[in-house]
Amino acid sequence: MTIAALDPRTGTALAGLLLSMADDEFVIGFSDSEWTGIAPILEEDVAMSSLAQDELGHARALYELLAGVLGDGRDADALAYDREPEAYRHARLLDHGRGDWATTIARRLLYETADAARLASIGEGWPPLAELVAKIRREERYHVMHVLAWTDRLARAGGDARSRFVAALEALAPDAPTVLAAQEGEAALLEAGILTRPMTSAAASWRAEVAGILGPLGITIALEQAADTARSRSGHSRDFRWLWGELTSVRRSDPGATW
Amino acid sequence: MSAVAAPRVPDADAVRDILRGVVDPEIPTVSIVDLGMVERIEVGPERIEVELLPTFVGCPAQELIRGAVVDALASFGRQAIVGFSFRRPWTSDRITAAGRERLAASGFAPPAEPADVRCPYCTSARVAMDSVFGPTQCRSLFYCRACRQPFEAFKLV
Ligand SMILES: [Zn+2]
Repeated sequence: MTIAALDPRTGTALAGLLLSMADDEFVIGFSDSEWTGIAPILEEDVAMSSLAQDELGHARALYELLAGVLGDGRDADALAYDREPEAYRHARLLDHGRGDWATTIARRLLYETADAARLASIGEGWPPLAELVAKIRREERYHVMHVLAWTDRLARAGGDARSRFVAALEALAPDAPTVLAAQEGEAALLEAGILTRPMTSAAASWRAEVAGILGPLGITIALEQAADTARSRSGHSRDFRWLWGELTSVRRSDPGATW
Repeated sequence: MSAVAAPRVPDADAVRDILRGVVDPEIPTVSIVDLGMVERIEVGPERIEVELLPTFVGCPAQELIRGAVVDALASFGRQAIVGFSFRRPWTSDRITAAGRERLAASGFAPPAEPADVRCPYCTSARVAMDSVFGPTQCRSLFYCRACRQPFEAFKLV
């Protein structure tokens, strides 16, 4: 239960897992929040803002757990905002900017389904994470409902909507598997029951799920096995560097201020 | 806030009574007790501990609610330790029967499967979900075809 009870090897691997999950939620949350005020319809302004708020809330809770594991004096805000862009460990899928509406929906579909497979792989080995994940999974149900409704709408619309959506899925497909790249120290996480299955198994069930959603819509995309975490979660794009500049601008304007 | 006077020797029931005067600013008609957010109350000789469950992980009202609970406990004259935890997930079935009635009376449909949502104004089942996401994280937007009223329904989590 306590952090002290973790052996160093497991602790390091757990910190890596928490950082991957937190950075993923943080980056997609911020990126989706860019739609506030400019979404195609009013309901989507509200929906994207609410989704972004959920994701940022999940990121915050995960950074708080990470702060406890690291115990180096950094709090959740310091972990979220006080790093150089190279130090972020979000998956390459989220290095793609929000693009047009079709790209945003395609990215949400690929990310939400992969994230669901990852959340379903978290075991009872470290109770603080197991408890948080139990809560997060109840909220993600509504995210899935939202993205599946839009997937259907764009794919069945035909014309420009469908062709943009298919093009976006194809453009994102090579990077989509990075969300479920093997974790560093995965053996230790499995041994401790923090993970219940290797990321390769989570990825296999995710690929089957995506095929089950897109197949009936007449869409096929190729999802390969991801490279290891080091390569899947580093070397970030220009789009991300721009986003990083935006999301850290207020924090950097007055370091250490209490807002 | 509450008009209940704090007794000299507080116990868990007295603390709970005081907390009936604390509300979530986004749902001002139902107390945090009726919302099922109060998970644990411990009264010791020197301090009172209260553990709360957030309705949503990213609920932005957490700090406000925590502050309001600390203020409400000040009348007991003991140190108040108030925190949020995920020890158990808050679920919508933790809302009490009284809480559900008050929600409906203020025009909010209590949490239900989307297909089972009823209009809080006329109780009709002829309702349609306009949007999964409403003005706060915890609510969806519906429209009643019977009485032609838009309304908000609590999400089932
Ligand atoms: Zn009605």
